[in-house]
Amino acid sequence: MIPLSWYLVVSVLMLACGLVGLLVRRNFITVLMSVELILNAANLNFVAFARQLGDLTGQVFPVFVITIAAAEAAIGLGIIVQLSRLKTTVALDAVNEMRG
Amino acid sequence: MNAQVSVLLPELLLAGMGIFILLVGVLGRGSQRLAFFLANFGVLASMVAVVGVGERGTETFFAGMLQLDRFALFFRLLFLASALLVVWLSRPFLQRAQQTAWEYYALILFATLGMCFLASGVHLAGLYVSLELMALSSYILAGYFRGEVKSHEAATKYFVLGALSSGILIYGLSLMYGATGSLSLAEVSQKLAAGPRSVAATAGMFLLLAGMLFKVAAVPFHVWTPDVYEGAPTPMTAFFSVGPKAAAFAMLVRVLWVGLAPAAADWRLLVSWVAAATMVWGNVAALTQDNVKRMLAYSSIAHAGYTLLGVLAGGPLGTQSVLFYMLVYAVTNLGAFGLVVLLAAKEYAGEKVADFRGLAHRQPVAAFAMLLFLLSLGGIPPTAGFMGKLYLFAAAVHAGYAWLAVVGVIMSAVSLYYYFRIVKEMYLASAGEGEGVAVLSEAWGVRALVVCALATLLFGVYPTSALAFLAPAAKIVPW
Repeated sequence: MIPLSWYLVVSVLMLACGLVGLLVRRNFITVLMSVELILNAANLNFVAFARQLGDLTGQVFPVFVITIAAAEAAIGLGIIVQLSRLKTTVALDAVNEMRG
Repeated sequence: MNAQVSVLLPELLLAGMGIFILLVGVLGRGSQRLAFFLANFGVLASMVAVVGVGERGTETFFAGMLQLDRFALFFRLLFLASALLVVWLSRPFLQRAQQTAWEYYALILFATLGMCFLASGVHLAGLYVSLELMALSSYILAGYFRGEVKSHEAATKYFVLGALSSGILIYGLSLMYGATGSLSLAEVSQKLAAGPRSVAATAGMFLLLAGMLFKVAAVPFHVWTPDVYEGAPTPMTAFFSVGPKAAAFAMLVRVLWVGLAPAAADWRLLVSWVAAATMVWGNVAALTQDNVKRMLAYSSIAHAGYTLLGVLAGGPLGTQSVLFYMLVYAVTNLGAFGLVVLLAAKEYAGEKVADFRGLAHRQPVAAFAMLLFLLSLGGIPPTAGFMGKLYLFAAAVHAGYAWLAVVGVIMSAVSLYYYFRIVKEMYLASAGEGEGVAVLSEAWGVRALVVCALATLLFGVYPTSALAFLAPAAKIVPW
C-alpha cells in the first residue's frame, strides 16, 4: 500500500500549481483550471485521509465538492463568454475599469 | 410529515418558491409584478415557517448537520427580513433598468437559502456546501447587468477571488479532517482539546480562518469588496453588504467558538491584528472615495473590523454584541444603500458624492433619512449604530482587548469625516446643483426605507427587548 505521505505530497504540489496558476496566469480559462486543481487537491486529501482513518465522510464529501466545482465552472464559463462578447478577449487584464 | 423533514420547512419553502419562480419565468407567462409577488410570498412564508418551527435547543438534525437553536432562529429571521427589504428595493430598480426579474428574484431566494443553512449548520461539510450556494448565487447577481462593463467586472472579480478563497477553505477543511478524523464541529473541538495539536490541524485551522475572513471582507482579504460593491447593481450591493456578510459572521462565530475554541489562544492573536488592520484600513481608504457605493464598501470593511472585536471577545457578552451589531448594521446599511438605489436616475448615475448636493432643499425627507443612516453608521446617539458599537467595545474591553477598543473609537471618529462629507453636500450646498433626485413615488422602495429608518431609531432608543431576545442566542456553547 502506498503510504499516506505520498498522497499528501502530490496534493500539496497540486495546491501549489493551482495557487501559482491562479495568481500568475492572466488567461481566464487557465485561471478556471487552476481553481479546479485546488479543489481536486483537497479532494485527494479527503480520500487519502478517509482510507487512512477508515472513515466514510472523507469519501462522500468529495462527491459534493465535485458537484460544486461543476456549478462553479458553469458560472465561470458564463462570465468568460460575456467577457469575450464585451471585450473580444479572455484575458483578465482586460477587466480593469475600476481602481482605487 | 417526518419529524426530521418538518424542521426543514422554511428552507423547503424558499427552495420550492425559487424553482417555481424560475419555471414560471421560463414558461413566459405572467408579468414582472407576479415575479415580485411570488418572491415576497416565498420569503414571508419562510419567515412564518421559521417562527413556527421555533428553536429546538441543542438537538441536532440530519446526522449532526443542523442545530436549530436561538442563534439559528435569530440569524434566519435576519436573513429573511433583509432579503425581503432587498426585494422591495429591487422593484423600482428593475423597472427603471428594464431587466427581467425572474432569475433575479429566484437567485436572491437561493442565496438566502444558503445563508439560512449557514446559520444552523454545525458540520463543516454542510457549512461548506451552504457557503458555496450563497456565493455562487451572489456571483451571478453581481453580474446581472450583462451588457454593463462594470457589472461584468464585479462578477469577474467576485468569482475569481471567491473561488480562490473557497479553494483555500476546502483545503483547510481537508487538513482538519485528516488531523481530527471528523468534520463535525463538536467532534473537532473534542479532538483539539484532547491532546497536543498536529501540524496538519494548525495549518488547516489557519487556512479555514483565511477562507472565512475573506467572506467577511477583513483586511488583507478585502481587495474584492470595493470593486464588487461599486460594479454590482445597487440593490445587490445592499444585499451583499448585509446578507452574505452576516452569514459569514454567523459561520465564523460558530466555527471559531464551537469548533476551534480549544485553540483560541492561537487564532485570537491573528484575529486581533486582522481586526485592527481592518478598522484602520477600511476607514482610511474610505476618506478619499468620491463614489458613494465605493465609500460605503470601505465603510462596510471597517464595520466588519468592529464586529471582529465581538467575535474575538467571545463569551456570552461578546457573542451577544456580535448578533446585536449584525442586526443594527443590517437595517442601517440597507437604509443607506436603499437611498442610493432610489437616488440613482438610471443604472450607474447618481452615485457620486456630488450627486447628493443640495438634496435637503429638493427632497428634505430623503435627506433626513440619509442623515439618520449616516449618523448610525458613524455611531452617534440616539441611533442604533451607537448602541451596537457601545456593546462591541464594552465586550472587547471586558475580554482584555482594551487597545482594540481604543483603535475602534479613534477610527469611528475618523469615519465621521467621510460620512459628514455626504451630510455637508446635502445640507450646506446650495440647491439645484446635483443630478440626483430621490424618486419617492416608488412605493415599495419607500416602504423599505421607512422600515429601516424606524428600526434604526428603535434599536437606538430602546435596545433592551432586542438584547433580551439575543441573550439566549449567544449561548451556542455552555461558556
